[in-house]
Amino acid sequence: MKPIDHQAVIGLTQAGIAGAAAIAVVLLAGMKKIHLEKDISIALVRGLVQIVAVGSVLAILLKGPRWTSGLMLAGMIVAAGNISARRAKKMPGAFAVSTWAIACGAGSVIALMTALRVIDTAITSLIPVGSMLIANAMNTNGLALNRLRSDVVSHVGQIETALALGAEPRESVAPYVQASSEASLIPAIDSMRSLGIVWIPGLMAGMLLSGAKPLHASMYQFVVLAMIFASSGITSLVSMTLIRAKIFTAAEQLVVRTSD
Amino acid sequence: MKISRFGKPPNLGHPEIMNILRTEHLGYVVAGKVIVDDVSLSVARSEVLCLLGPSGSGKSSFLRMLNRLAEPTSGTVFLEEKDYRELAPRELRRRMGMMTQQAFLFPGTVAENVRFGPRQRGVVLGNEKVEELLRGVGLSGFAERGVASLSGGEAQRVSLARALANEPVVLLLDEPTSALDDQSKLEIESLIKQTVQARQLTRVMVTHDVAQARRMADRVALFRGGRVLNVGTVKEVLDETH
Repeated sequence: MKPIDHQAVIGLTQAGIAGAAAIAVVLLAGMKKIHLEKDISIALVRGLVQIVAVGSVLAILLKGPRWTSGLMLAGMIVAAGNISARRAKKMPGAFAVSTWAIACGAGSVIALMTALRVIDTAITSLIPVGSMLIANAMNTNGLALNRLRSDVVSHVGQIETALALGAEPRESVAPYVQASSEASLIPAIDSMRSLGIVWIPGLMAGMLLSGAKPLHASMYQFVVLAMIFASSGITSLVSMTLIRAKIFTAAEQLVVRTSD
Repeated sequence: MKISRFGKPPNLGHPEIMNILRTEHLGYVVAGKVIVDDVSLSVARSEVLCLLGPSGSGKSSFLRMLNRLAEPTSGTVFLEEKDYRELAPRELRRRMGMMTQQAFLFPGTVAENVRFGPRQRGVVLGNEKVEELLRGVGLSGFAERGVASLSGGEAQRVSLARALANEPVVLLLDEPTSALDDQSKLEIESLIKQTVQARQLTRVMVTHDVAQARRMADRVALFRGGRVLNVGTVKEVLDETH
């Protein structure tokens, strides 16, 4: 019992210090009139509760049969779709679009990599790597939808002018879809670009700490980042393709016109 | 059929049809709020109908329904006596050119903007045709100019040439001069009159400016609270109510 208590105390202390740093950033942002208090506070508490809960559930599930990992990943995809859709308020069908996009992006890469045995089918391997892909696909999707919504609302005049001149809806929003897709992939591209120079990702650090050879750890980390990039790219493309059809009516009228 | 001095017949659509455009009990309700309420109007060939009224009176929403950028919640529109829901939206919009308060030019050159509409249906306008359209709006030699370098008045001229490149039968004008200074306003008004009259285009123009309605309109429809209070000749409507 004693070592566990000790670990829990250390863990809580570390979480407290990290949380305090995040709160300090929120307060600093508030002084600069960037109001993130509510969003960040809820996200911090929620993130902590969720990760502790998942950790507890994982401890049980890791001992279960392999097929449970499929269910868990599917659940994660739906949850990611739900969270991501909130970044696209008032975008019609945002939840369905997000869930499908993440399922296509992360799901296809997980399936391919598992089939090629790049990812081990053991729950201990599949769930952490799969969750990384899903989380990154979620972020990409949220960024893409958020940017597209903002671009469409601020370019209603141009879009409707194009429609009024007889353009297809797809053509009328093409510049904004392209910009949103590119912007959503910036984090994934930058992660890849700065790999090993600016940061050593957690997965690699963990492997090194657990005694893996540095070359093996670095190659595996590269593989994971390449998978993240692939799944993010597919997610972004699917997301933009699906949402493009949702922001126009059958009579080719723009639905998303105001930021309200 | 009359042959224009450019050697090309004006686009008359079906000459036997007098009412080019007709709305029947047109209504538009958004989130329970009535924006346009039961408006029935008709516009004859080559006629200029001005929709006059204060901001928020529903005239711009009415105009947006005419080329189906907004969907009527009741009633319908007939273009050349055909219910416009029978037309593909893109074809309908090609036939109903539009100019708005701002030109909303696309990034690139003047020529690229003029070519935009025809390109949507696979037609590439040659340099001569582009120059002819630009000459018609007083911008001869502007084809390769970047749109970022244009003044407000020049941008509106390009917007008119771009709309005319689609060879519409009706031109919808949503306060096309309200963002311009007085001199440019008069120039654009004069240009619209000359260019559009030469093509015998039917025009529906939104304005809140009574003086402009007097200068431009054949008939005026007076909008208040989404309804048409009065419709008739300039003299009938404006001298009666102003």
